[in-house]
Amino acid sequence: MLTLETRHTYNSLLEPILQNQSESPALIYLETGQPPIEITRNEFRQNIIDYAAALQAHNIQKSDLVIIAHTQSLDSIYCFWGVMLAGGIPSMFPTLTEKLDPHVYMSNLSELVSFSDVKAILTTDDFAPQLVEAVDCAVIASSALKIQENAQFEPVNTDTNSIALLQHSSGTTGLQKGVALSHHAILNQLASYSDSLELSQDDVIVSWLPLYHDMGLIAGFLLPLIQGIPLVLMSPFDWIAHPAMLLNAIDTYNGTLCWLPNFAYNHMARRVRKRDTENLSLATMRAFINCSEPVRHDSHQKFLERFADNGVSDSQFAVSYAMAENTFAVTQTPIGQYPKLEIVDRIQLEENRHATPVADGMTVVSCGKTIDKTQVKVVDDSDNTLQARQIGEILVKSDCMLTEYHHRLDLQPFVDGWYRTGDMGYLADGEVYVIGRKKDLIINAGKNVYPQDIEAIVNTIDGIHKGRCVVFGVPDEREGTELIAVVAEIDSPEIDEKDLKKTIRQTIATQTTVAASFVTLVDGKWLIKTSSGKIARDANRQKWLQEHL
Amino acid sequence: MDESTVRERIRSYIVRELIHDSGYDLMDDEGIITGSLMDSFALAELGVFVEEEFDVYIPDPDLTVEKMDTLDLIVARVMRDLQ
Repeated sequence: MLTLETRHTYNSLLEPILQNQSESPALIYLETGQPPIEITRNEFRQNIIDYAAALQAHNIQKSDLVIIAHTQSLDSIYCFWGVMLAGGIPSMFPTLTEKLDPHVYMSNLSELVSFSDVKAILTTDDFAPQLVEAVDCAVIASSALKIQENAQFEPVNTDTNSIALLQHSSGTTGLQKGVALSHHAILNQLASYSDSLELSQDDVIVSWLPLYHDMGLIAGFLLPLIQGIPLVLMSPFDWIAHPAMLLNAIDTYNGTLCWLPNFAYNHMARRVRKRDTENLSLATMRAFINCSEPVRHDSHQKFLERFADNGVSDSQFAVSYAMAENTFAVTQTPIGQYPKLEIVDRIQLEENRHATPVADGMTVVSCGKTIDKTQVKVVDDSDNTLQARQIGEILVKSDCMLTEYHHRLDLQPFVDGWYRTGDMGYLADGEVYVIGRKKDLIINAGKNVYPQDIEAIVNTIDGIHKGRCVVFGVPDEREGTELIAVVAEIDSPEIDEKDLKKTIRQTIATQTTVAASFVTLVDGKWLIKTSSGKIARDANRQKWLQEHL
Repeated sequence: MDESTVRERIRSYIVRELIHDSGYDLMDDEGIITGSLMDSFALAELGVFVEEEFDVYIPDPDLTVEKMDTLDLIVARVMRDLQ
């Protein structure tokens, strides 16, 4: 296995995949209504070699950026590894969903192609004809790849500092930042993170996470495949509608590790039916790791209450603070014990930016200590390092950082070697506590949503007074995430409000990856503006919360 | 339980709990998910609701956007098991 001790013997992510010649399971792919598909390590290796040969026949060469715009499937997985093996740089792109407007999706892809120098897009047969019309690069449909068994493949040398893959950070719309990660950085991350997890050959990772997101790509995909432990994988769209399938998979395959954004604990606690969990055991789990949106203790409690009879206990909860720019994990709480909880004074927090422990206040869940060779510091607005318990911006330095934002020299991620996370938090007893974001950002079901993006979309709708719309997040205890609220001023009182609300919901749904939970139309007097005439987001949010919740 | 009672209970649940807008006039044949009124979380939620409310268990392969997108489709599926 790749460990801190063996790390120096690895140069590329491909070595462990190519060297592991066994009949043990690499991947078990689950789909509702279909029998499971089990792929051994030998089959997996041979499949990606066949894909790499087919890609070379399509002239994919060293350092070519190749976007994989597929539905999540075995085909998309082989494409990813095939591109890497052929020497190219693979990048998973979000899937086109039923609700998203295909024109918006195409235009995002087309923008990415023109800015990032994309060599080719690999996609499904259904999607390829539309895509050919929209983008200025090669489009290769699944059937056009012509996968042949034992086709001739020319091995490509991999430099450990070359870019292994790009992760496109999740944005609501428009141009996304491509986080470029080297083999070196990813191997460092996997070695350090495996150490924090006390990973062993007995582990089984179960995941429903999308592969275009860092948590899905690194923890729920690269980690098990490179470490030679089984991965049980399903599509996020399947899981959202059928949440019990994750728990069934843990029971059937003796799952031990699973990463979940906070909302997922609530989703399963609320929406897994009683009949689906009779005689189901989750006792094999070492950890359900909460990551990628603010962690709520009450979400853990709901999950624990709902699944205690299935063997879930306190000691199975864990937290990680992670970001694509650090490959993935920055911290991890110890496996096998409930993360530390702090109760801090709200007024001290808001007015003096200090986390003062009190008997009755706000509960904050620890994200744990940094993983090996990753450092964290907390700084004030002038970049002075702060003492423990003082609130400031979290900065990260490590041996597993991004190389750059691909083709975005205007974005310089480092200041004196430190990466600015934009997250606010504090340190106490060497553990990291995250309490919010520096800028307005809504984290809805693990997705980063910039309110300005949604406001810009709503402002284009007829019937809305241009520039008079505000979007904000509403923390929802039941869902365990922030829901999206839209308040928009109408042009005239004669408008059909039902129609207009529906148009707002549909427009947001088809142009972004999220849905609005609350849509409120107001007249000309409602919205609060700043002295310079701008819409005051936080003041309007407070006003709306008082009126509605 | 007759069909119209089932229909009104489901309609009222969707409008109140999933669309968060009690004044919303939901049509029988209106696409709830394809019409962006709610996201695919709602499928799982509907599964729980009909189990608790009508003691009807809809297996996962039937809980899909295609089979559950309108009030008409949902009611027909629930009635199939109630009768």
